[in-house]
Amino acid sequence: MIKLDKVSKKFGTGIFGLSDVTINVDKSEFVFLVGPTGSGKTTIFKLLIRETLPTEGAVTINDWNIIKLPKDKIPHLRKKIGVVFQDLKLLLDRTISENILLPLEVAGVRLEDARKRTDEVLAQVGILEHKEKFPVQLSGGELQRVAIARALVLSPEILLADEPTGNLDPATSWEIVKLLADINEKGTTVIMATHNSDIVKSMDKRVIGLEKGKVVRDDKKKKEDNPPSHKTSSSVKTSEDELKGRGKEENHSAHKVSQEKREEKE
Amino acid sequence: MKFLKTMLRNVRRSPYQALAAILIMMLTFLTISFFVFLLSGSSRVVSFFESKPQVTAFFKNETKQQEIDDVAKKVKSTETVSSVKFVSKQEALKIYTEQNKDDPLLLDLVTADILPASLEVSTYKIEDLAGISKTLKSSPLVSDVIYQKDIISTLVAWTGAVRKIGFALVVVLSLVSLFIMVTIIGIKISQKKEDIEIMKLIGASNWYIRWPFIFEGMFYGVVGALIGWTIATLALWYSTPFLYSFLKGIPIFPIPVDFFFIVLGGELVFAILLGFVSSFMAVLRYLK
Repeated sequence: MIKLDKVSKKFGTGIFGLSDVTINVDKSEFVFLVGPTGSGKTTIFKLLIRETLPTEGAVTINDWNIIKLPKDKIPHLRKKIGVVFQDLKLLLDRTISENILLPLEVAGVRLEDARKRTDEVLAQVGILEHKEKFPVQLSGGELQRVAIARALVLSPEILLADEPTGNLDPATSWEIVKLLADINEKGTTVIMATHNSDIVKSMDKRVIGLEKGKVVRDDKKKKEDNPPSHKTSSSVKTSEDELKGRGKEENHSAHKVSQEKREEKE
Repeated sequence: MKFLKTMLRNVRRSPYQALAAILIMMLTFLTISFFVFLLSGSSRVVSFFESKPQVTAFFKNETKQQEIDDVAKKVKSTETVSSVKFVSKQEALKIYTEQNKDDPLLLDLVTADILPASLEVSTYKIEDLAGISKTLKSSPLVSDVIYQKDIISTLVAWTGAVRKIGFALVVVLSLVSLFIMVTIIGIKISQKKEDIEIMKLIGASNWYIRWPFIFEGMFYGVVGALIGWTIATLALWYSTPFLYSFLKGIPIFPIPVDFFFIVLGGELVFAILLGFVSSFMAVLRYLK
């Protein structure tokens, strides 16, 4: 479905963002894209939505040659791919429901149907009660859900999530990942960029590792050789509990440290 | 519809820029309205005089009717003359009474005796008035001759000057509005750069992003034109009694309502065009 064939991306500064990257992602797959900052995760996403072009190599999505795609077809491509941007990219002067409505408006959906779909998707990500609020009134986790809702609203075949748990506490991070896993279960191909190793470890999904623009790990082959059993709801629950517990511990220890500091001052 | 909604939100969320744009448009269209009124009024005054190429010869008091008839006959025999009308002292009083019916003081002071009898000689062409005037002036019976050639040439000169000044002013103001609008819409586009980027990333086409800005320019034009036209029309309506007595005898008033709406229609078309062109320029300049 998604194919990056020997893709290299050289930036103006002469630095290679990606070098000779080959990745194939099948339909309905859930893939973690892991690697440190600057390893090329976001560049891959940018290539997939034609925000940038590769210096070398080919990018195809569903037989569409992304590089040769005429400029006027770019909006069409972007409607097919839902993206949760690292910095969310929500319109701050629009309400949550207006933000979600935007891709539908852009796609020319009738307002009545668009409103219905907006409510549906907001309910799906669990923030329907915030629909009339503005982004500044929501917490980090809620905003992340808004971004996911906007990415989902056009029922895309592919969902790209760039560090969707970047600024979140472990418990909320887990909820977001669970939401993405649910979306994937309904048939959407999900690629999630992250450097949260806890999440990657606790989910039994394909992991593509990037470092300095090169693929250093792709466990697809390994999985194909020895296919893992699908994670059951209970195992998801266990991981969730572990993470939540860890989150609480972290919070608790942080609280303890600050309390000690206060006592020292006194 | 959704473009209009986005446009209205853009207007609402930056009221000072909207106000600046509307005010400059209003100023332009107020000036345009005033000049249209002035030019149409003055050209009607000119054409009124031009449609009546007329020399009026006033006879001395002691002139007999027979003598006047002879002069009339002689003038009428001239090829260039279209009509000759005798106005007796009584008729002159009647005209005077009609013109000053609202002012009893002026009526009391005047009797038929002090008003001279006159001949109103009309020619086919305005250029022929000078010759007729000369002939009449040479007659010993005639005390005074007035004819509108001087009035018309003065009026034509004035109208021409007003037209030139008006046209120049309208062109300059339109250009000022155009560039101010380009700047305002440009600022708005720059302010929304991030939003525009986001919209593009979620699949908005260039025109989806451009249309609200173009509608915004047209909106400022239309609102400015409506306000400018309303102020000018109310000012004209308010000053009608004064103008009516000032332009006594020249049938300008009442001004037909159609005229105002034709002016409004023309201004709206121009406003939409001005708004469209300026926002289009801004969009091309700032939204490549």
